[in-house]
Amino acid sequence: MLAYIVRRALYAIPILVGVNIITFALFFLVNTPDDMARMQLGTKRVTPEAIEKWKAERGLDKPLFVNRGAVGWEKLTDTVFFQKSIRLFAFDFGFAEDQRDIANEIRTRMWPSLALALPVFALGLLVNITFAMILAFFRATYLDFWGVTLCVAMMSVSGLFYIIGGQYLFSKVWHLFPISGFIGGGSAGKFVFLPVVIGVVGGFGASARLYRTLFLEEMSRDYVRTARAKGLGEAVVLFRHVLRNALIPILTGVVVVIPSLFLGSLISESFFGIPGLGSYTIDAIQAQDFAVVRAMVFIGSVLYIVGLLLTDISYTVVDPRIRLE
Amino acid sequence: MRIALIALAFLAACGEVWNDPYPASERGQNIYYASFAERPKHLDPVQSYTEDEAIFTQQVYEPLLQYHYLKRPYELIPLTAVEVPKPKVIDGGKLTVYEIRIKPGIRYQPHPAFVEENLALDRRDIDKLKSPYELALGTRELTADDYVYQVKRLAHPRLHSPILGLMSEYIVGLDRFAKSMRQQKAEGWLDLRQFPLEGVERVDAHTLRITLKGSYPQFVYWLAMPFFSPVPWEAEKFFAQPGMAEKNFTLDWWPVGTAAYMLTENNPNSRMVLERNPNFRGEPYPSEGEPGDRAAGLLADAGKTMPFVDKVVFSREKESIPYWNKFLQGYYDSSGIGSDQFDQAVRVSIEGDAAVTPEMEEKGIRLSTSVETSIGYLAFNWEDPLVGGGSERSRKLRQAISIAIDVEEQISIFANGRGIPAQGPIAPGIFGYREGREGINPVVYDWVDGKPVRKSVEAARKLLAEAGYPSGREAKTGRPLVLYLDTVARGPGDKSAFDWYRRQFEKLGVQLEIRATDWNRFQEKIRKGSTQLFRLGWNADYPDPENFLFLLYGPQSRAKSQGENTANYSNREYDALFERMKNMENSPERQRIIDRMVEIVREDAPWVWGLYPKKYSLRHSWLSNDKPNAMARNNMKYQRIDVARREALRAQWNRPVVWPAALLLLVLAVSAIPAWASYRRKERMAARAA
Repeated sequence: MLAYIVRRALYAIPILVGVNIITFALFFLVNTPDDMARMQLGTKRVTPEAIEKWKAERGLDKPLFVNRGAVGWEKLTDTVFFQKSIRLFAFDFGFAEDQRDIANEIRTRMWPSLALALPVFALGLLVNITFAMILAFFRATYLDFWGVTLCVAMMSVSGLFYIIGGQYLFSKVWHLFPISGFIGGGSAGKFVFLPVVIGVVGGFGASARLYRTLFLEEMSRDYVRTARAKGLGEAVVLFRHVLRNALIPILTGVVVVIPSLFLGSLISESFFGIPGLGSYTIDAIQAQDFAVVRAMVFIGSVLYIVGLLLTDISYTVVDPRIRLE
Repeated sequence: MRIALIALAFLAACGEVWNDPYPASERGQNIYYASFAERPKHLDPVQSYTEDEAIFTQQVYEPLLQYHYLKRPYELIPLTAVEVPKPKVIDGGKLTVYEIRIKPGIRYQPHPAFVEENLALDRRDIDKLKSPYELALGTRELTADDYVYQVKRLAHPRLHSPILGLMSEYIVGLDRFAKSMRQQKAEGWLDLRQFPLEGVERVDAHTLRITLKGSYPQFVYWLAMPFFSPVPWEAEKFFAQPGMAEKNFTLDWWPVGTAAYMLTENNPNSRMVLERNPNFRGEPYPSEGEPGDRAAGLLADAGKTMPFVDKVVFSREKESIPYWNKFLQGYYDSSGIGSDQFDQAVRVSIEGDAAVTPEMEEKGIRLSTSVETSIGYLAFNWEDPLVGGGSERSRKLRQAISIAIDVEEQISIFANGRGIPAQGPIAPGIFGYREGREGINPVVYDWVDGKPVRKSVEAARKLLAEAGYPSGREAKTGRPLVLYLDTVARGPGDKSAFDWYRRQFEKLGVQLEIRATDWNRFQEKIRKGSTQLFRLGWNADYPDPENFLFLLYGPQSRAKSQGENTANYSNREYDALFERMKNMENSPERQRIIDRMVEIVREDAPWVWGLYPKKYSLRHSWLSNDKPNAMARNNMKYQRIDVARREALRAQWNRPVVWPAALLLLVLAVSAIPAWASYRRKERMAARAA
C-alpha cells in the first residue's frame, strides 16, 4: 500500500502543475498586472509611476510565461509564472495583496469553516443514510412514495432559499438564533446551529434519494435473500448486511470531500457572517487578489487529491477483497 | 424529543434574548455597534484613502485639523493644532509657509512600541504573540517630529501614498526626497529621521513649518486628512522587526494614534474593535451648530468632554438582508438604507418630504438625510469625433441629449428619490454653488412657478435637428444616429437601468448601444480615451469648488495625462479661469469667476449633469448626537448611547417564540408514528404472502 501511496503522490505533482498553469492563465486572461495594481491602489490620484512601482515590488513587471530577453533557463525562470508558482510547492503562500500573511489567515480561518462544515457533513450523512434506509425498508409503500416525493421537492429548491427562509423564520420571526455573526470557542454553537441545520436540510433531498437507490440495488442481491431465509430480522439485514455492502459507492462520494471540509462553504459563510475560508476565497476573487486565489486553488487541489487517495484506502477497509497495488 | 421540548420550554421561561450576536460579557456596556461590508485594505494613514478605511483610521489618528461636526457649510477647526494655520507668502509669492503649532501635552495611546525593550524582541517571543497588546505598553507625548516623520513617509520607498504625486508638486523638496528614497534598502526599518526634507521642518518640539511652492490655499484641507496624521518612528521600528509581518502585525493593520479610540481587536474578516484611549486628553463637544441643531437635541451635550462611548464594535456584514434585520432587532445602533429596504423604511410625501414608515416610527427609529459632497454624471468623451469637441454641431447634440435624459425620473426610479438633479459640477454646500433661480442650468431647465422644470423633448429634438440629426438620422445620409454608452455591468439587475437609458435616447430617435464591461476594462477604455459616453462619479476630497472644477480642467485630461478629467474636456477660457480661481480665497470675485466657469461648461455640456446623491440614514432612539457629516469621519467620539433603553428595547423586540419550533418537533415525531407502526407490523408478520 505504501508504494501505491507514493506513486499517487508522485502523480499528484504534474496534476498540481497543470492546475497551477490553468489558474494562472485564467486569472491573467481576465486581469492584467495593471488591473491588479489599480484595484489595490484605488482609482483616485493614481499615477502611472505608482502602478509601475507596485508591479515591480511584486515581480509583476516581468513577462508572464516566457522571458524572451533573458538567456538560458532564465527565459522560463525569470517570469511571473515561475516566480509565483515555485514557492507554492513548498506550501509557502507568501502575502496577500493587503500584506496579510496567507498561511496565518488560513490557519485562523479554517476553524470557523470546520465548525460549520464538519457538523453539516457528519449530521448530513447520518440523517441521509437513516432516511434512505427507512425508505428502502418501506419500499413500494406510501411511505416510500411520499419520502421520495419529499426528496425530489427538497432537491428542487435552491440552497439560497433555505438560507434566507431559515434566517427569516428562525432568526427574524422567532428570534431563536442570531441571524449572522460568529464568536469562537464555547459560544460558537449558537452561531453554527442554524447554518448546520440549513446545510443538512439543503443537502438532504439529493443525497437521501441517491442512497435509497443504492440500498435498493443492494437489497435485490442474493445474499440479502439468503440472510432473510436464515430468519434474520429486516433491521439486522439492513444494518448489518445491506449498509455495509452499499458503503463502497457511498464512500466514493463521501470520503473525497472530507479534506475539502477545511475550505468551508462559499455561500453559507457569507450569509451567516462566519469568517471561514469560503468567504476568504470569495473576498479574494472580488478583490482580484491573485496570491490568495492561487493559494486557495492550490490547497483545494491538494485536498482533492488527498481525498481521492483516502477514498481508495477506505475501499480496502470496507471491502477486504480490494488490494491497492 | 422530549428532552428537546423541555430544553425549549426551559429557555423560553428564562426570558433571556437568544439571538444576541454579541458575547454575553458585553451586555449592558456602553458600546456602539456598527458594521462594515468591505475589508479595509490599509489602515496606514499614508496609504489609506477610502471611506471603508476612514471609519477606522479617523477614530485613531489625529491630523492637525478637523471639520466642525455640526456647522454647515463645512468649517475647518483645529484638532491637534492650536489654530488653523494662516499661509504666509514669501519670496515674492514664490513660496508659501505654514507654521503650525500643536497643543502640548497630547499623549499617544498605550502601545508596546513606546517601551524600549519591545523594539528588539526575540523572534520566538513574537511568534507566541496573539496581539501586540500582550506586550508591556508605554506612551509618550506627541511632538512636531511625528508630523514631519509622517510627511516623509509619503515618499517611503515601500509605501504607496496616493497623494505623493500631488504633494510633490507643492511641498518644497518632496520630489527630490522621493527620488533619493527610491535608492534606499528594500528590507527592514528605514529610519526617515536621518533624511532631511527641505520643505518640512521641526521648529521646536511643538511647532512645524511646511513650505510650499507658490500658492495652494486648498492645502489646509489636506491637513485635516489622515495623510497628515502623526506617526511615531517607534511604531515603524517596532513593526519592522522580523516575524511581525507573518503574524499580521504591521502598521498597516495596527494603527497607533492619539485620538479618542485605539484599535484593540483586529480581525477584518469578522470584527474590529475600538476601545477608549485611556491617554486621550478629552475634547469638548461643540457648543455651536447650524440652525435647528439645538431643537434636534444636537447641542444637549455642548461643552461636555468626549468621547461618550467606551467601545465601538464593528462587525462584518457582507449581505444586506442579515444586516438590515439585525438593525431592526436593535443589534446595530444606526444603519444606511439599501434599495431593497427603502419602501419598508421610508415613505415620501407628495411634496417630496421623506419620513420613516409607521413600522419604523413604532420602534422609535429616526431618519437623517443629507446631500453628499459628490456628483454622479454621464460624460461625453471630448476626444470622440461625433459627440466631443467644441463645434456647434457636437455641442447641440450634447445639449439635446442633456435635455432628453430625464434625471428626475432616474432619481425616482433607481435611487428611490435619494438625490438632487445636478445643475452643474459643484455640489450643494460648497462655495460657488448657487441655489434657486440663479442656480439652474438654463440649457436644460426653465424656471417655472418657482422651481426648475426640464425643457421639453421638442426643444431637445429641435437642437438635435440643428446639430444635423433631424429625428435622430444624419441629415446628409439618412443613416440613423447610433451612440455607445460604456458602463460597468454588475449583474442582471442592471438591465432595467440600461433599458431606461435606451428609452431616453429613443425619445430623440437616437439608437443607444450599451457596451457593458467589467470595471478594469471600463477604466482602461477611459484611460485610453476610447469611449463615447460613460457613467462615472466623484466624491469630494475637501469642500472647495476647486475639487470639483478641476474635473473639467484641460491639463487634467485622463487620456493625455492620466489626470482626473475623464471626459478629456478642454476649453481655453475655462482653463484660464480655473488657474485664476484655484488659488483664490473665497470672495465675491471668486464667485464671479466660478459663475462664468459653470456657465461655460453648461453651454458646452461635456457632462449630462446627473445627480448630487442624498444620504439617508436611520438611527435608533437610544442613539443621540448622530449628524451626517460628508467630510468628517471622526464621528465616533460625538455619539452617545442610552444603554439602559437599548437593553430594554432589545429584550422587548427579541423575545424568543418557541411554540413553532416545538410544533415542528411534534410534527416530526408524529410523522414517525406510522413508520414505527408499520415496522412493528412487518416484524411480527409470520410469513410473506406468495
